Amino acid sequence: MNQQDPIIEARDIHKSFGQVTVLTGVDLEVWPGEVVCLMGASGSGKTTLLRMMNHLETPDRGTIRVGGDLMGYRLHKGRLHELSPSRVADQRRQIGMVFQHFNLFGHKTVLENVIEAPVGVLGLRRSAAIERAQDLLAKVGMHERADAYPAQLSGGQKQRVAIARALAMEPKVMLFDEPTSALDPELVGGVLAVMRELAASGMTMVVVTHEVGFARGVADRIVLMSDGVIVESGPPDEVLDRPRHERTRRFLSAMR
Amino acid sequence: MSIDDSAAPRIARRRPYLSWLALVVVLVLIVGAIRSVANNPYIDWSVTRQYLFNDQVLTGVWMTVRLAVISMLLGIVLGILVGLARLSRNRPLAQVAASFILLIRGVPVLVQLLIWGNIGLFVQTVKIGVPFTPIEFWSSPANDLIVPFVAATIGLALHEAAYMAEIIRSGVLSVDRGQSEAAAALGMRPGRIMRRIVLPQALRVMIPPTGNQFVTLVKGTSLVSVIAGGDLLTQTQNIAATSYRIIEMLAVATFWYLVLVGLAGALQVVLERWAGKGHTR
Ligand SMILES: Nc1ncnc2c1ncn2[C@@H]1O[C@H](COP(=O)(O)OP(=O)(O)O)[C@@H](O)[C@H]1O
Ligand SMILES: [Mg+2]
Repeated sequence: MNQQDPIIEARDIHKSFGQVTVLTGVDLEVWPGEVVCLMGASGSGKTTLLRMMNHLETPDRGTIRVGGDLMGYRLHKGRLHELSPSRVADQRRQIGMVFQHFNLFGHKTVLENVIEAPVGVLGLRRSAAIERAQDLLAKVGMHERADAYPAQLSGGQKQRVAIARALAMEPKVMLFDEPTSALDPELVGGVLAVMRELAASGMTMVVVTHEVGFARGVADRIVLMSDGVIVESGPPDEVLDRPRHERTRRFLSAMR
Repeated sequence: MSIDDSAAPRIARRRPYLSWLALVVVLVLIVGAIRSVANNPYIDWSVTRQYLFNDQVLTGVWMTVRLAVISMLLGIVLGILVGLARLSRNRPLAQVAASFILLIRGVPVLVQLLIWGNIGLFVQTVKIGVPFTPIEFWSSPANDLIVPFVAATIGLALHEAAYMAEIIRSGVLSVDRGQSEAAAALGMRPGRIMRRIVLPQALRVMIPPTGNQFVTLVKGTSLVSVIAGGDLLTQTQNIAATSYRIIEMLAVATFWYLVLVGLAGALQVVLERWAGKGHTR
């Protein structure tokens, strides 16, 4: 893969859950080093699209490539063949994900949460994984709580640990699904600061968020979804200040 | 309100006179019952004392312990397999597991033990080979292989497995789906997710009912006396049959079951503490 290839390439994505049609032909490319903020009203399919990027959700039609890999499938003689769960797991190593509700492993300490996959999946030596984890925990300001259990942490602290846990796999791209939506207002800033730093370090990021301030300051591009399609995509000032579509204007005025 | 009233008035708690009265009544009844049993002219307690540590009785205690522990361990292993099969996305596999559970739970253990104990009546030989062909690697007469201990273990272990499978299934379902999704997102494979993330957390939910199962099993081993399993009850009954000391020997059995169940309960407390780590305190 060279610099000209997108890290994520979604083509003609369709998805419905039973009667509910969620995505109807979404195309999206994310380029190396780019920070894309996915915005849109609740229920517009942001989470579904994001989860498809690491195959936690499967498309009804269309394909997603991450780092050149066709996620979840193998193309053979013009047909898509489902990969085994183990092959899908291997594909996911290059993609980090941060969830709205953190999903830290409740029976493991902060440090154990961070080293679990590097040791168990990448086969890193424990000592090397601990070293890497301590660096990352320092970066997110959680090194002093390495021995705490998730239940002993605030939401903001949990989310910073979750970010460190994902980064410990050294992913090519990081996906965030409303990482601050479940937080008390005073804890949002700390998580956004960590994400800002990560963006500044050159990480490729796709962030579903309602934080307009963060999107304006950090995003290279804002992608706005509505009714199963992308209605607007462009630099923050363009999308936020000079939206081309009526639906964008309505969404933005509802946000304020 | 004057300034002197600034000290908050003292709280006078309600006195639970009625509860005290109830306690006294209950104590009187208990003491009365104990006295009437202890001083009962038809029970010779010296016989009970004499047989408490009798060799034959201790052999029975040891057999009961072995039956309970071995059946439990086999039941847990088989229960994990059946429970996970029941949860599997592979429909036929899940159906086979569900049928097994239905069958085992639908038939009284006593009946199952009798069937295993009398298996020699309808199965002559047990063999390992390729089905529907004469190829045979190993065979043995059923009566030599399925001795009472084996029959008892099979019966109890299968019964245990069916209940453990349900405990494991509900334990796994109690773990938030976000846990396995987060693990999957980190590139962990399904087997590893189950072993490292889901099962350890399901354990916390599984231990109390598993402990209850074990306590029930310790007592349930007494059922194998119907196939001469050599357990505690079999032994005390044998002694009673020759000495006619029926109540005295039942008291011996009662004493040992209480000791064993007490130990099982203590083990359960220790396990619950251990499995609860990381949980909200
Ligand atoms: N697993 C599911 N089963 C059924 N409906 C779902 C499922 N996941 C999402 N949906 C529905 O799809 C729509 C889009 O959901 P989602 O992608 O979560 O939107 P957003 O993240 O933009 O709020 C919603 O109407 C939601 O109810
Ligand atoms: Mg969402």
